[in-house]
Amino acid sequence: MKREAPQSIADYGPLFFPAGMLLVFFVVPFGTMIAVSFFQRQQGGFYTPAFVFSNYERFLSAFFGGVLGFSLMLAVTVAVCCVVLALPFTYLLSKLPRRLQVIWLVALLSVLSLSEVIIGFAWSTLFSRTAGITNILVQLGLMKQAVALSPSFGAVLTGMVYQALPYTVLVLYPALVRLDPTLMEAARTLGSSPVRAFFNVLVPALRNTIMATLIMVFIFALGSYLLPQILGRPQHWTLSVLITDQAIYQSNMPFAAAMAVFLVLVTLGLVALTLLIGRKGEKA
Amino acid sequence: MSGLVLNGVTKQFGTFTAVENVQLSVPHGTFVCMLGPSGCGKTTLLRMIAGLDDPTGGTILLDGEDITKVPTHKRNLGMVFQSLALFPHLSVGENIAYPLRIRGKGREDQKKRVDELLALIHLPGYGDRPVSKLSGGQRQRVAIARALALSPKLFLLDEPLSALDAKLREAMQVELRQLQQKLGITTIVVTHDQREAMTMADTVVVMNGGHIRQAASPIEIYRKPADTFVADFIGSTNLIETTADSSGAATVFGHSVPGLVLPAGLQKATISVRPEDVHLTAPGNGAINGTVTFVRDLGGTIETFVEAGGKQIVAVSTPRARPEVTAGQQVGIVLAPDVCVVLKQ
Repeated sequence: MKREAPQSIADYGPLFFPAGMLLVFFVVPFGTMIAVSFFQRQQGGFYTPAFVFSNYERFLSAFFGGVLGFSLMLAVTVAVCCVVLALPFTYLLSKLPRRLQVIWLVALLSVLSLSEVIIGFAWSTLFSRTAGITNILVQLGLMKQAVALSPSFGAVLTGMVYQALPYTVLVLYPALVRLDPTLMEAARTLGSSPVRAFFNVLVPALRNTIMATLIMVFIFALGSYLLPQILGRPQHWTLSVLITDQAIYQSNMPFAAAMAVFLVLVTLGLVALTLLIGRKGEKA
Repeated sequence: MSGLVLNGVTKQFGTFTAVENVQLSVPHGTFVCMLGPSGCGKTTLLRMIAGLDDPTGGTILLDGEDITKVPTHKRNLGMVFQSLALFPHLSVGENIAYPLRIRGKGREDQKKRVDELLALIHLPGYGDRPVSKLSGGQRQRVAIARALALSPKLFLLDEPLSALDAKLREAMQVELRQLQQKLGITTIVVTHDQREAMTMADTVVVMNGGHIRQAASPIEIYRKPADTFVADFIGSTNLIETTADSSGAATVFGHSVPGLVLPAGLQKATISVRPEDVHLTAPGNGAINGTVTFVRDLGGTIETFVEAGGKQIVAVSTPRARPEVTAGQQVGIVLAPDVCVVLKQ
């Protein structure tokens, strides 16, 4: 099918509605936030229009730098864990009979319907000393006595991986289903065991998909602010938690806006860097 | 014995039997073409030889060793897939070197072997190109080189030339055959193209419905088809019902054909006569009489459609070897007894 370039303004008609929605619900609020980030804060919860950099200056401290670093590290770890878990799982899923695949996908989708709050409290119960999974290990004789696994970094990580895993599987699934199955078979006829073929054929052949999935999960995990609070200690709180804290409890809108803008810029910068490295690797 | 032996190989998918009780022995260094319509089980049989599908019954022996349960990557075979399955993330050279790398061959050995193979497939100096920049025929050659990199005992090809255009396909058939003869490797090709099978094979295995209908040299398959399926599937043919009297002398459409005798005890049989073996003469003189219904003049050959005894008979001949007839004319059909093949019922 040949696509013709739009001839008149009317040809762009179908774009008007989404463009309008995007403008009203994304561009305008985002612009407002950028503007607010330069406003002057008034004691007592208000702010006046101004053009000051004090909000950004305040952000450039060791404390906030540390939180930003931790947030990025957490998001990267969640993304890597999700892809490492989801890739073999989704590959095996794509080899199952159609009916079983549907059952698995429906189960995964149902996890998506759980709210972050429920996921958080469910895991905090599972990680607790009194009713947690360590009690099962004690019953099995694998542990001496039940311990609390939460709050801890591991608990935050587990909760966030649990939350992001269904997304990861759903993003990887179409690519794996479409992957030519004879590639893996060819690797086997050429002397590669199935496990080796997975690593030296399937993973490199799906490089771009894996990269895109990593970025998606990374950004998804960056926005998480409930799970770190429910399952972590204050040192495990992400920048999103601090933004919420400033915006809602400290009523410091300009500073919250400045942090949000900063987070967006850093995220965009990292994604661009990743894509750049990916492109270079492709040429080599 | 050396070579490949299939012993009662069977494959069932649920209640459907794709391959049933196949017996075949392929001596070392033979070129075998498995030929049949789609769904006849030929690809399933090849996949079982490769170890990609497990047989539900029977055994597969390679050089006397039972490999039925040996996983694919330990079978020492090379396979070319219909999709070619070249690795998109590797260059031409890396694709060919893949099996060498897997076996832990040194970098120098890899390079030497890749250069050797690139020369063999007439693509020297192509090692650094990405696979996506190659033409269909070149990809084909790279897939062949990759499959041959480890000098396997068995070379398997699944519809290897079906993606190429007709002219290139004919050229590749000849090239593949010459390559196989040069290397002396036992080769099995699955195809649905009988020209391909006739061009390349030492032995053509005609399959239908999960069974081997006939396994013989191309010329024998053509001249002496075993049954109606093979006769009809390989080339075009006239299938004619005959009846025999008590002495076995056969008659066709009520005319006796001198010299044609059915095997003892057979009252009725179907015979196969190739169109080029049907001779047309003037009516009468003991010939079978018929009416010309259509003449297809192709320049080099002429096909004459004749209706005789309610059946349509096709005769093919060169323009000079046939009487001038047009549609509606009466002609005589002469069948020499030695060209009539009596088919199994």
